[in-house]
Amino acid sequence: MPDITYREALRQALRYQLEHDERVFLMGEDIGAYGGSYAVTKGFLEEFGERRVKDTPISESVVVGAGIGAAMAGLKPMVELMTINFSLLAIDQIVNNASKLHYMSNGQIRVPLVMRMAGGAGSQLGAQHSHSLESWYAHVPGLKVVVPATPYDAKGLLMTAFEEENPVVFIEHTALYASKGEVPEDVYRLPFGAAEVFRAGTDVTLIGYSGSVHQAFRAAQQLEEEGIDAEVLNLRTLRPLDVEGIVASVRKTSRAIVIEDDWKFGGFGGEIVALIQEHAFDYLDAPVLRCSGSDVPMPYSMALEQAALPQEAGIVELALNLCEGVTP
Amino acid sequence: MMRQGKSGTLTQRHDGTGLSDEQVIGLLHKMMEIRRFEEKAAEMYARGKIHGFLHLYIGQEGVATGAISALRPDDYIVSHYREHGHALARGLDPKRIMAELFGKETGVTGGRGGSMHLFDVSKSFMGGYAIVAGHMPLACGLALAEQYKGTERIAANFLGDGAVNEGEFHEALNLASVWKLPVLFVVENNFYGMGTAVQRVSATVEVYKRAAAYGIHSEQVDGMDVLATHEAVARLAQRVRSGDGPAFLEAICYRFRGHSMADPEFYRKKEEIERWRALDPIEQMKRRLLADGLISGDDVARMQAEVDRTATEAAEFAEQSAFPSRESLMRDVYADGARGEEAPHA
Repeated sequence: MPDITYREALRQALRYQLEHDERVFLMGEDIGAYGGSYAVTKGFLEEFGERRVKDTPISESVVVGAGIGAAMAGLKPMVELMTINFSLLAIDQIVNNASKLHYMSNGQIRVPLVMRMAGGAGSQLGAQHSHSLESWYAHVPGLKVVVPATPYDAKGLLMTAFEEENPVVFIEHTALYASKGEVPEDVYRLPFGAAEVFRAGTDVTLIGYSGSVHQAFRAAQQLEEEGIDAEVLNLRTLRPLDVEGIVASVRKTSRAIVIEDDWKFGGFGGEIVALIQEHAFDYLDAPVLRCSGSDVPMPYSMALEQAALPQEAGIVELALNLCEGVTP
Repeated sequence: MMRQGKSGTLTQRHDGTGLSDEQVIGLLHKMMEIRRFEEKAAEMYARGKIHGFLHLYIGQEGVATGAISALRPDDYIVSHYREHGHALARGLDPKRIMAELFGKETGVTGGRGGSMHLFDVSKSFMGGYAIVAGHMPLACGLALAEQYKGTERIAANFLGDGAVNEGEFHEALNLASVWKLPVLFVVENNFYGMGTAVQRVSATVEVYKRAAAYGIHSEQVDGMDVLATHEAVARLAQRVRSGDGPAFLEAICYRFRGHSMADPEFYRKKEEIERWRALDPIEQMKRRLLADGLISGDDVARMQAEVDRTATEAAEFAEQSAFPSRESLMRDVYADGARGEEAPHA
């Protein structure tokens, strides 16, 4: 299998859709002539033309809303919002229209819309460009929320997103576009709601998604040196969530830590903790912990930004304490 | 064939619209149907059969009736939350609309949508929406899809004067214009966004002028005059259909009732309402058709009896229909049958 970047994996999925489904078109800010803010759609305008690859005004709400409308009329649009920060300008469309139309119309309307956006922090982009707001979207029934961690995830999950008859919020990680991994050249699709056991282990389950999967994995490698065998789960999708997969892992290890860039208070990690205690309380040997971002607007300075985000050393420390029966 | 009317004005309007006598009389009949339906809905609300918000279209019947009769049956309609009139004008079944207001399973959306969210995709009625201006991007998208597919179908987007200060209004007008989308925006300017008068909150009171900033052809029409509205929409729809990009129509009108059933109407004077009532679109049209000899007093009485019966039968149908089952609660959250969790103790 060739080693390709997360970016290239996304490109392969998009190109496949454009080549194989006439209903598919792409639109977003600077996806055409500029080539995409993260270069995911570079060259597509020249390759597929203006009908299929549309540069839009900087008008997030009408861009997403037009995507919803086009989906209502039987097309399969992909809207790129550049970053999750800008999706806040379209949140009315995503929450009030995309997520609800199938239900409100009693099943008459379908919204097969893929909304791609980049999230996450750690690149010194400052407070307004460093958000992990996936929990906001995962909160909403009617939406599906996808958070790929690897190039393999990126291609397989994006292929599945285009099979969906529902609106999909597809959140890429700004710091992962250049990361590399093995990706089959052929078409494949990864199911939503099925977590991956990224690293098998027996002592503690480290639960991550998107960028935090890699942190969890590196922490697991350090823990191995300390004689602790950590299991790392890659959730891949937050809604649907693989509750069974999480519970199965925790029943095996009896300990769990959720790792997320998100703010701790009201974040997605809290939902996972709640589900674990509902479904696996009797299997737990220790409280379920969260290693989250601090509740602070993201500062610019590297020194402060790193202090605000979960770090491997912190995960290792929490895991060691947890396995030794010491809790905060 | 057209009979010779007594009034030159009406005959000219007739000629301009290309409508037959029967169709012109049909416009009056439809307005009467909407009026009577809304009165019945108000009655049912007072009797505790309808709950939530109920926004009546009484006074504005000329706009929906005139505009929608000028569209093709498969042109999309995307409306606001005061949309019973548009639904009836498009030909949705009054029984199923009333059942929806009652929250019954026989309603147009099985009791899921309610008064503000009527849908009938089989009639290209793509919904009523309750976030002011939030539906305008959808109309752009429907129009975009038809442009993409290369059809002649257009989208008609109804909005109120309250929508024109929302960001989505400006985003939608700009996108529609730069992409030459086949969408016709119809602003129903009834002079109040809920209880706030237009001139108190709008830098530009003449709403149609705003479209000029986006290079969109725009006009103003007397929305209390159903024929004038029909004529304007027919002309603008043709323009939009021919690929010239969007068009914008401001229909001046007035709602005779409050914003919703809960509105005590502190913000406007009785004299103002009475002044507008004198311009009642239904009474105006009756007078003109009577004067032209196109209808008789008996015809009016017959039509009134018909719309009375339609409204009464709608209420009876709604009353007799069943509420949706508890088991249906979680259906259709996702199109693929995926389900969320039903709260066990709700």
